[in-house]
Amino acid sequence: MDLILSHINYWVAIALMMIGFYALIARGNLIKTIIGLNIFQASVFLLYITFGKVSGGTAPILQKNTELYSNPLPHVLILTAIVVGVATTSLGLALVVKIYESYGTIEEDEIAKLDAQEEN
Amino acid sequence: MSLEIYIDLILVIFLAITGIAVIYVRNLFAVAMLSGIYSLLMASIFVVLDAVDVAFTEAAVGAGISTILMLGVLAITGNREKVSNKSPILPLLIVICTGALLVYGTWDLPIFGDPNAPVHTHVAPEYIANTYKHTGMPNIVTAVLASYRGYDTLGEVGVIFTAGVGVLLLLSRRKTTNKLNQKSKSEDQS
Repeated sequence: MDLILSHINYWVAIALMMIGFYALIARGNLIKTIIGLNIFQASVFLLYITFGKVSGGTAPILQKNTELYSNPLPHVLILTAIVVGVATTSLGLALVVKIYESYGTIEEDEIAKLDAQEEN
Repeated sequence: MSLEIYIDLILVIFLAITGIAVIYVRNLFAVAMLSGIYSLLMASIFVVLDAVDVAFTEAAVGAGISTILMLGVLAITGNREKVSNKSPILPLLIVICTGALLVYGTWDLPIFGDPNAPVHTHVAPEYIANTYKHTGMPNIVTAVLASYRGYDTLGEVGVIFTAGVGVLLLLSRRKTTNKLNQKSKSEDQS
């Protein structure tokens, strides 16, 4: 039980990373792919924030009568990463809209079929 | 201590269930809502893990803006996901192998919340000790983001600006192309 409690966050982060990875490589729908990318990103955030936790510590906002704070540096890194993540998501979704307007579908195999027809 | 670790355990299990549901559900509107729930659960876990600023951002950006963007795109493209006839065995094999390797790597990681882990002993104590002296801000995360690493944050603004310009360029060209198509169609008819 101690082993589970001390490692569960790492394992769940890895499991989510693999779920996102699976959605990326196995699913042909472009929106599902982007959601998979989001899940992958968020799992990395979870991993970093887990590293920053100190047991018994509080949030890194200085106050009287408190000595032990969690590590603020992973928080700063992830704050930046979240905002950059939404920038990539919005760009990806704009590309999906563009692809839908040109092909009328957002399924990878149908797009490949249309491309092959055009070449012939 | 023990209570917060159990809350974390429960939330993290919910998170894993939501992640699996995202893969299984075929209705894309449901998937967009599930990804919003996923971000909200993630924000709750960040609060339990003392990362309150990150939780704010994740709740606002991840659960809010991302979901709205997703719904906006789904309104244009429709919400059906085709059942693909690709075999899932090869991707599943790759994913399980990679996951097993990563889990093998976790044996060397410090145990959860260990105050003597290398992350907590190198530079972090200096920031915690000196931030108020240097910047006069009690919130260390904000102080590092806006004061110590202010230029990095400026660079981040540049990244967002680039992404915004990219989205605008991609989406603003559709009217002109539509007009071109219509023009060529009308020329064909005439």
